[in-house]
Amino acid sequence: MPGLTVVFTEWVSKNPPYGLSIYTPEYYQHVLTSVQRVAIAFGLATLLGVPFGLLLGWSRKFKDFVFPVFEILRPIPALAWVPLAILMFKGTESPVIFITFLPAFFATTLNTMLGVHSIDESYIRAAYCLGAKRAQIFRHVVLPGALPFIFTGLQISMGVGWFSLVAGEMISGEYGLGYVIYSGYTLVSYPVIAIGMITLGLVGWISSALVRIVGTSLMQWRVRSLGLGDGS
Amino acid sequence: MSATPLHKKVATRGHLKIQDAHKVYDPEGAAVLAVDNCSLEIQPGEICMIVGPSGCGKTTLLNAIAGFHSLTSGTIHLDGEMLCGPGKPKAEPGADRIVVFQNGALFPWKTNLENVAFGPIMQGTMSPQEAREKARAIMADAGLSGMENNYPGEISSGVRRRVEIVRALMNDPKVLLLDEPYRALDSLTKSVMHEALLEIYYRNQVTIFFITHDLEEAIFLGHRVVIMTTRPCKPKKILTVDIPHPRDYSVLTSPRFRELMDETMEAVHEEAVKAFAAGEREG
Ligand SMILES: Nc1ncnc2c1ncn2[C@@H]1O[C@H](COP(=O)(O)OP(=O)(O)OP(=O)(O)O)[C@@H](O)[C@H]1O
Ligand SMILES: [Mg+2]
Repeated sequence: MPGLTVVFTEWVSKNPPYGLSIYTPEYYQHVLTSVQRVAIAFGLATLLGVPFGLLLGWSRKFKDFVFPVFEILRPIPALAWVPLAILMFKGTESPVIFITFLPAFFATTLNTMLGVHSIDESYIRAAYCLGAKRAQIFRHVVLPGALPFIFTGLQISMGVGWFSLVAGEMISGEYGLGYVIYSGYTLVSYPVIAIGMITLGLVGWISSALVRIVGTSLMQWRVRSLGLGDGS
Repeated sequence: MSATPLHKKVATRGHLKIQDAHKVYDPEGAAVLAVDNCSLEIQPGEICMIVGPSGCGKTTLLNAIAGFHSLTSGTIHLDGEMLCGPGKPKAEPGADRIVVFQNGALFPWKTNLENVAFGPIMQGTMSPQEAREKARAIMADAGLSGMENNYPGEISSGVRRRVEIVRALMNDPKVLLLDEPYRALDSLTKSVMHEALLEIYYRNQVTIFFITHDLEEAIFLGHRVVIMTTRPCKPKKILTVDIPHPRDYSVLTSPRFRELMDETMEAVHEEAVKAFAAGEREG
């Protein structure tokens, strides 16, 4: 194993011996590719998973109909989808995005549904008392009431998204941080592996921080009610 | 009926009439008979206090009035209009009967002002602008100025309860349905709540259907106290509280108050013993 100094020297070297540092354009190419894939997969998972989860939680009939299928597909590990995904989709991009999307979608959907179930029945009753119609209750009670769970789901979604992305990139693709780590492995280049890992840690941390920031800005009521804010 | 004369204004709406209410839960299975043969008439602007053993069916009755669930049989009228009855087992929930819940149901994701303004906006009876203005005014009347932009989670539970009552009154309901709204409060806060509620009541003259376990609260607030039998619930005894409104806390020490307390206590105790015995039998 290389020392931390070797890794760090490589990482900030203008002329890196192993060919990867913050001065090489490939480094950014790899980071950008991974970030783009996660962004697309996470975006799709959110766009589809939140409405789907809301529907599952809100409509008994829809849930009875769809949820069993969902529950059978959900436990299949993302990795098990790799061969099928590669055969199903053309090119290298789509299979990787699909593998990233899938567990993110499941996490988002499930948590959103649980979020709807978590809403105290008396809020819904109170809204009916105050003259709200079903659609208004959906908008003013169900959606905001489920929001804390939705954002928990998005955090998990981001986490499992990165996890599956790396797995996908190790198997297929010629760019991305997973690919960097894997090629470091085939070339027995420890510093490259370490740089790939550290970078993943950084972008992973930044991306979940972003989700958290959006979450707290949409849920000021929670921040203030639970005294989580700085009091300003 | 010789109800105590109401203070100042005389209410003309909010006449609630329950006839032969009957409710069986889970008729195919356990068949729990919660309400049976229950008739009760509440006059416009009356504060009617409901007491009775735990699990006797008080909430069941309130939920039927509110329209949260159906009655197995029986009829409920509000100002001559049938809420539920033959051919229509479940009442429609509506802003003429507003429930204040035991654990509070202000929406935590809306500010207090948004909560108070919610009803008329949803019903489309006011523009959001108008609703907010009126909400601000009615909150000020109830001594709640300064917390319009706070979230319910930021204020004490006593104040939350007041905001919730104001949110209900914002819709000019005929009946307020309160299900042990002050149960979770300490006795000091409770006494402040009682005076605040009466003050609001003297201004609005709304009919109040108020479930409680606190006999002192029942007699202090009510024109009448309805003591329910153990399950299935129906009125066992109706006590008219002949202490004139407006009342303040000094009545608690009056001899008449103690007499009424004793009378209620005796009736309630009798039912509690029955309920306990029934519980023993059921294991
Ligand atoms: N959804 C339900 N299904 C079956 N049984 C129920 C249901 N809701 C209530 N019950 C039963 O009906 C009876 C009356 O319940 P209810 O909640 O009306 O009593 P309560 O007088 O409000 O009691 P408490 O004073 O404890 O609030 C109880 O025995 C309860 O277990
Ligand atoms: Mg109850």
